[in-house]
Amino acid sequence: MAIGGKIFWPLISEQINHTDNTMIAHTIFFYTFSLIAIISSILVIVSKNTVHSVFFLILDFISISCLFIMIGAEFLGMIMLIVYVGAVAVLFLFVVMMLNVAQQKNQWFESRVGYSHMPLGLIVGLVILLELIIVVGGWKYKPNLILTSSISIDQKVTNTHLIGNVLYTDYIHLFQLSGMILLVAMIGAIVLTFRKRSGIKRQSYTKQISRERIESVELVEVKTNEGVKIDD
Amino acid sequence: MTEVTLVHYLILGAIIFTTGVIGIFLNRKNVIVILMSIELILLAVNINLVSFSIFLNDLNGQIFTLFILTVAAAEAAIGLAIIVTYYRNAGTINVEDIKNLKG
Repeated sequence: MAIGGKIFWPLISEQINHTDNTMIAHTIFFYTFSLIAIISSILVIVSKNTVHSVFFLILDFISISCLFIMIGAEFLGMIMLIVYVGAVAVLFLFVVMMLNVAQQKNQWFESRVGYSHMPLGLIVGLVILLELIIVVGGWKYKPNLILTSSISIDQKVTNTHLIGNVLYTDYIHLFQLSGMILLVAMIGAIVLTFRKRSGIKRQSYTKQISRERIESVELVEVKTNEGVKIDD
Repeated sequence: MTEVTLVHYLILGAIIFTTGVIGIFLNRKNVIVILMSIELILLAVNINLVSFSIFLNDLNGQIFTLFILTVAAAEAAIGLAIIVTYYRNAGTINVEDIKNLKG
């Protein structure tokens, strides 16, 4: 109860009597959003049409960011909406449309070799799920495992304010490093998709800079009624 | 049972993570869907970090989620660029046809 009570801290700090109502609302919204998230994440991997997969990925991210906003990580929820729904999903859609694979109505799990990969893949996936659930169950029996938290969440200040306080002071080097990662990704994407075409005139900086007067300007005696021939 | 605890969020993260892993294993046709499965896995990791951060009252998890978001965006951009280049060279992005490395 003490842990759960922190979820709606702005509400709770003002109206302590309504704790039960907010708990029930939290439960209802949690189950709704997580059900939508799980179903759409399954539909991402089983859809026959790649465009539908991208749309279900968007739905998944939207519902998870609703969950984030609900439990108090508003900044991350909004960033997730902006970054994923605004940028990454549009990038995916753009590539899917450009590569023209949307028209192939594929059976994703159908292999030319047969279905021999199906049981092994499902078994490995289920084993991973079981292991994760066992780990999570272990957490339930030892809830006070880590109490050496370094940055505690101050409940008077908004989430964005808190993150900004820490991000630009304690984590400034990581922040700048992540900027470098984005720069490298941008340059890498440009270099990878850059294509040299033959038969078109391109600008060459070294040629332009190393050009000198002697090889480009020439003084010619022009005779009357004959003219000059250029580009011989 | 009506109270949502940390365990609920962790199980949600585990289910989405496993969905992503199964998507990688079972997909035989399309590389783009594999990239989307990787995005799902990163999303599950983010769910875990944020829920631990909220329930343990520690802001570090949210900071790391921010960095994971950055890396995930960079990874999506690079991966899609590689896919575009491969499609231009080979004319297909079927998983079964990508066997130049004989893996």
